[in-house]
Amino acid sequence: MTLLTLIPFVGALLVALLPWHRAARAVGLASMAGVLGLTISLALGYDRVAGGIQFREQHAWIPSLGVDYFVGADGMSLMLLLLVAIITPFAMLTAGPGISKLQVALILLLETAIIGTFTALNFIHWFVFYELSLVPAFLLIRWSGTKASTAAALRFFIYTLLGGLAMLVGFLGIQIAAGTFDLIRLGEMGASLDGKLAAAFGSPSAGLLVFCCIFLGLAVKVPVVPFHTWLPDAYSEAPSSVTMLLTGLMSKMGVYGFLRLLVPLFPQRMQELATPLLWLALATIVFSAFTALAQTDLKRIFAYSSVNHLGYCLLGIFAVAAVPAGAPVARAAATNGVLLQVFNHGLTAATLFAFVGFLERRSGGLRGIADFGGLRAAAPVFAGLMGIAMFSSLGLPGLNGFVGEFLIFSGTFKLVWWSAALAAIGLFVTAVFLLNIIQKVFTGPLPERWSKFPDLTSAEILTVAPAIALMFVLGICPQVLIALFNTK
Amino acid sequence: MMISLIPILPLLAAGVTALMRRGQKTPAATLVIAAQAGSTALCLLAFFQTLGSEAGHGEVARTYVNFPWLSLGSETLSLGLLLDPLGAGMALMVSFVSLLIFIYSIGYMKADANFTRFFCFLSLFSAAMLGVVLSNSLLLTFVCWELVGLASYLLIGFWFHKPEAAAAARKAFLTTRVGDMGFLLGMLWLYSASGTLLFYDHGNGCLEKAALAAMSAKTACAGLAVSNGIALLIFCGAAGKSGQFPFHVWLPDAMEGPTPVSALIHAATMVAAGVYLVARMFPVFSATGNVSVALTTVAWVGAFTALFAALIAVAQTDIKRILAYSTVSQLGFMMLALGVGSVTAAMVHLIAHAFFKALLFLGAGSVIHGIHEEQDIRNMGGLRKFMPVTFVTYAIGMMALCGVPFFFSGFWSKDEILHVAHQWPVSQMPFFMAATAAFLTAFYMTRQMCQVFAGSYRGHAHPHESPAVMTVPLGLLAGAAVLMSIPSTPAWPWFHGHHTGHAVTLDFTRLMEREFLSIAGLSVLLVTAGIGAGYFLYRHFAKDDPLARFWASGFRALANRLYVDEFYRATVVRALGLLGCLAAWVDRRILSGTVRLVGALSLLASALSDLMDRFGINLGFDSLCGGLRDGGQVFSSWESGRVQGYLRFLSVGAVLLLIILGWLLT
Repeated sequence: MTLLTLIPFVGALLVALLPWHRAARAVGLASMAGVLGLTISLALGYDRVAGGIQFREQHAWIPSLGVDYFVGADGMSLMLLLLVAIITPFAMLTAGPGISKLQVALILLLETAIIGTFTALNFIHWFVFYELSLVPAFLLIRWSGTKASTAAALRFFIYTLLGGLAMLVGFLGIQIAAGTFDLIRLGEMGASLDGKLAAAFGSPSAGLLVFCCIFLGLAVKVPVVPFHTWLPDAYSEAPSSVTMLLTGLMSKMGVYGFLRLLVPLFPQRMQELATPLLWLALATIVFSAFTALAQTDLKRIFAYSSVNHLGYCLLGIFAVAAVPAGAPVARAAATNGVLLQVFNHGLTAATLFAFVGFLERRSGGLRGIADFGGLRAAAPVFAGLMGIAMFSSLGLPGLNGFVGEFLIFSGTFKLVWWSAALAAIGLFVTAVFLLNIIQKVFTGPLPERWSKFPDLTSAEILTVAPAIALMFVLGICPQVLIALFNTK
Repeated sequence: MMISLIPILPLLAAGVTALMRRGQKTPAATLVIAAQAGSTALCLLAFFQTLGSEAGHGEVARTYVNFPWLSLGSETLSLGLLLDPLGAGMALMVSFVSLLIFIYSIGYMKADANFTRFFCFLSLFSAAMLGVVLSNSLLLTFVCWELVGLASYLLIGFWFHKPEAAAAARKAFLTTRVGDMGFLLGMLWLYSASGTLLFYDHGNGCLEKAALAAMSAKTACAGLAVSNGIALLIFCGAAGKSGQFPFHVWLPDAMEGPTPVSALIHAATMVAAGVYLVARMFPVFSATGNVSVALTTVAWVGAFTALFAALIAVAQTDIKRILAYSTVSQLGFMMLALGVGSVTAAMVHLIAHAFFKALLFLGAGSVIHGIHEEQDIRNMGGLRKFMPVTFVTYAIGMMALCGVPFFFSGFWSKDEILHVAHQWPVSQMPFFMAATAAFLTAFYMTRQMCQVFAGSYRGHAHPHESPAVMTVPLGLLAGAAVLMSIPSTPAWPWFHGHHTGHAVTLDFTRLMEREFLSIAGLSVLLVTAGIGAGYFLYRHFAKDDPLARFWASGFRALANRLYVDEFYRATVVRALGLLGCLAAWVDRRILSGTVRLVGALSLLASALSDLMDRFGINLGFDSLCGGLRDGGQVFSSWESGRVQGYLRFLSVGAVLLLIILGWLLT
């Protein structure tokens, strides 16, 4: 476990200290490959029958405050680690051979922070990595150095930092009341935590306040509408390969936070507030889908589409929280659906941004849907492969996107039927804007200026091929992933 | 199990051809057609397996295999494949028609640059369609259903450089997707109510007694039984795919695709999938009896669509669009049959229609091919002389569609639908609507025949007959359109027996029953009147439509498809766009605006505190510092480095020290 965090960190140091620019990519790739190999071996070594948290390592860090170095992984974390291990090299390769030494180092540092977040089991330990990820992300977003990208990066940083601070305040409150930062122990307290908070602060609403603090922090990270306004700018101003990391991995830290922190710690609050929370999830789904419909910039469309897809995760989480007992199959369906959706969205959204990156490289930075037309005639492989990724995002059965969404919807329908029915609007609107893109960019007559539009190079095909293949594998046989986190 | 190979063969062929290069035309076509032939042979075998069930006594032979797909907690979600008479007949029809159309496509698409891709999509379609037919799980049906939609999307937009084709493809996908959202919700509801999505599972399936009883006993709201609610939602999906009103708008536009695609997907098979879905889910639709709310809705929608589309077809001028509206209308007939409770009547008409409508479309394709991509029937005429084979086979298809008595399948199957509609206890209205539609069908088809084949050629191309690879499938389909009449007559209702598991006997006296004679008499009358009127009006067609002269405004409305598209453009499409703009506006102005406001406020606050610092706190601090600095300057001026000065200070200091010491000591 510790080794997993160390590999990319050491890689980052090596890349930063080594004098050769050319070796940076190779060293980066090697450490990412190491992470991938180690993650796969961990996933294979995970005892699925026993379930629960395994590979634990715990050492006292600041004993007086109850802060430990505490790592471990269950099926959910392993699934996320797999995602990290796959998306990071994918993103780096997408940037092409021109990537600079510093960028590689920052990407590795980001990978370190994200892996740390997905393995930490003590809040402070978790929080350190959670916040650490902001620094490389900030620098990567403003890589192009333009005024707009700096503003976007700053907004991203301040927004997320404020959310993080709110969360820290909430957890300090919890520490005072419960005397520990240990997420496992706090989770076991679960229902009684609220009472402890009320007793410690002498107010029955203390629990609610702490809940809101943590919710706010996570809501910004996912993001939940209306806390999403940092996202479109950050996603569209950052280089495409960085956006792949933002949407593929960093947005998952928020969903993970919901599942690891909020749901186990505040089951009662979640149930009480389920209806407003479900409305927030619905707002996220429907609002972002409609907003995407009105965008003309490909990156902004996919950015809002990203918010929309994460909305389904929230829908599933909140629906399960709304009905804490009974309907075990529906609860399992929704939970498995959320986790699948997390993985699938990471994969698909990252692939879509990879294609936008390829497109920008060919068009000299143009990425408005009205700037193109008929590209399928000039670049059939490009159009075909990107089409597969788009249909995966649209939720076409046979590809990965469908399975997660179907499971979320089927579980949610049984638990809170109206929210599933309303969320179906989002499914429809998603299809509208994705087919709009295909129609405007790939079909119709080919304009003169794009008649020499180059198709994907073999290197680019090789970069996206694993992702596309995974889309088919997970669409046809989702059990390979579900087996990792399905709890009997 | 053998039947799993039926969809897998074309799927594999699609996968392999997807990786082929553009130039590999022959291997691609060979592979796809070989896979399809294998699949057809397997369908035939499977069909023979289900034979013999008609010797039973109301027991339908079903074989199925279920397999787990994924695990949900301690349970598993299973998919499955099913072989029963309903599916076997349909599968045989689908694979056979697909095979013929694939062969025809070799000729039709020969010159196309994307020939390989075309066969890849066709094969994908065939795989998905056979999956819909043979599925034993509503989830698998839905999966294949969407894939069929994808294949349809890809094939409508096959000539993607044409903006109309791209727009039509998108329209088809989105219109059917509206219906599919209903289907999805219906499926979720079914899953939630019955706990399974398998059709048959040793008594635990959702189409078996226990689940049906549970669903029909519960009420959702306003007295609507859960089973009916589910059925109505699923019907949304069926209506979308089968082009029923109000979802019919995509089907005529879909004619932008290559003609073999129109024949296969948008006439014979995919559009009939909606009818098949209702037939498959019929136990749910009829869980509360044979005049349930769900079935009544199906009947009305079907009857209305049959009449509505037939009316529009009268005023169209594009040879393929006329056939498209005719398809919509005929699908309405099938839905009507289902709605009034007769699955067999619907399925017989479905299969008969598949043959003769595929024949008509391929014939139309042959015509279009022969006069160089001209589709407007006003510019045709006299083609009988140039294309004799096409003419004869087209005439057979036309007569089957019109329901010309006795030797054409359409007569028997349509008659059966009129018959069951007549017996419907709820209302006679659908019967009259269907009868009117039957009259109009004969009329518009005669109009088309006259304009295309009779008179003299009005165009400027050089008409020629199509090659054998195209005319042989025409002949085979024409044969099927005639032969299908044998097992559909009331004298030997073999289809009925096969579907319901009853023994059938040959008994010509059934043709003499009063009920049959009266309906048959009426339909003979209607067909004669329709053909007569059409022939009378259009036999000397030259330039202007005679109907337009009689009633110009009505004809214009019909020619403009009764403005349904315009209505949707003004309402649904605009509403979507407006909602999008509204959401974007809220996002930019209100949400981002709030954030900016908060940002601005905090900047203001920081500016204020900056002022405070500078003129409040800092002022004191600064003056202190200033004082210190000044003091320092004074002191530093004393540090001049001159020894005399230091000595002076030293002596003054020593004197002072002595004075203090002296004062202290005294």
